[in-house]
Amino acid sequence: MINFSFQKPTSITDAVTALSKSEDGLFLAGGQTLIPVLKQRLAMPCDIIDLGDINDLKGIVAKKHSVLIGATTTHSEVEASPVVREHIPALAELAGHIGDPHVRNLGTLGGSLANNDPSADYPAAVLGLGATIHTNQRSISSDEFFVGLFQTALDPGEMIVRVEFPIPEKSGYAKFPNPASRYAIVGVFVSSFSGSVRVSVTGAESCVFRQVSFEEALAEHFAIDALTDFAVPSDRFNSDLHASAEYRAQLVRVMACRAIIMIDEEKKQ
Amino acid sequence: MTRVSLEVNGKKTSIDIPDNTLLSTFLREHLNLKGTHIGCDTSQCGACVVIVNGKTVKSCTMLALQAAGSRVETVESLCDDGKLHPMQRAFHEYHALQCGFCTPGMLMTAVALAKKGKEIDELSVRTELEGNLCRCTGYQNIVAAILAGAKKMRTQT
Repeated sequence: MINFSFQKPTSITDAVTALSKSEDGLFLAGGQTLIPVLKQRLAMPCDIIDLGDINDLKGIVAKKHSVLIGATTTHSEVEASPVVREHIPALAELAGHIGDPHVRNLGTLGGSLANNDPSADYPAAVLGLGATIHTNQRSISSDEFFVGLFQTALDPGEMIVRVEFPIPEKSGYAKFPNPASRYAIVGVFVSSFSGSVRVSVTGAESCVFRQVSFEEALAEHFAIDALTDFAVPSDRFNSDLHASAEYRAQLVRVMACRAIIMIDEEKKQ
Repeated sequence: MTRVSLEVNGKKTSIDIPDNTLLSTFLREHLNLKGTHIGCDTSQCGACVVIVNGKTVKSCTMLALQAAGSRVETVESLCDDGKLHPMQRAFHEYHALQCGFCTPGMLMTAVALAKKGKEIDELSVRTELEGNLCRCTGYQNIVAAILAGAKKMRTQT
């Protein structure tokens, strides 16, 4: 393991100050990506600033039209939250299928978003619900937040404080997980807000994106047969030992259909 | 070096450690609790699972300083004065291990699952074992042992 010095501030201000004073520091949230990254020497910060003791980054609150989730809320807290289960059950389900139970006990919403792994689940929910990312400096819409491979709109030293998820009429998420890592080979999030539909795709390209052709088709007719005739172009898609680009393109349509089927089944219950 | 104070298996501990010490290294090298195994060191195998404030974590993927102030339980906490914990006994009875390397993580995951107090069945056990790899047993006997051990834990409390 590389050498670094560790700090555990108790306020957002202190954490931001600590980072600004450091020559090359990094925030640590749950560490489920960052610690493996440090072990592999893919990042070599001289200071690690742990956000785990900052109460202002924690917690889940429902407002009239949205659910606010603090950046260091763990995946298992989101999975188990009665508030999330009541208002956006698909989000609780998504959180409950990230990695494995031990990873979910430490991994956080803010950490996942700041990392923006191309196969992570949370970016699909944030983009698929049109959430807003509130930082210590400003509010960023999901359409602007995800910039590219492991890249976000966050400025150096900017910290995610909480994420505001609008409550949809209905939403669903289906992923085809890598059997070893449980990362999405392809994951599709579908949500509907009084007529307008959002469809986001993770795992397929270098960064999460919206499948606009599906959104338009589903806005007219919210059912799987609306997607029957769509061929998804695969030219920008990832191709690796787990799945070819063409296979991923097929999975985008299939996962979108499965997400819609989940929504239908939930309504029947 | 930074002083870390936490409770491990009911004992309060406070020692100076290098800032980059992993929780797994801290338990094994600094406290000499070698029951926590390091299998992959890449957060995949679950041999290093311990319980921190009631929740299972992979101790190879947590810094000891992150756990400052916490209550940590390792596999050494299970045995009571030479008497096996009901979950350990079930692993013995059901032949739930061969080489035994994954067993500490399996036991801690199983005990945490049983302590949740929910009804568990084969599916919920297999789902909970998503983060624990065993390359010997094929899992069948581990699942059977956890179901039996959890039942025993319920009747004893």
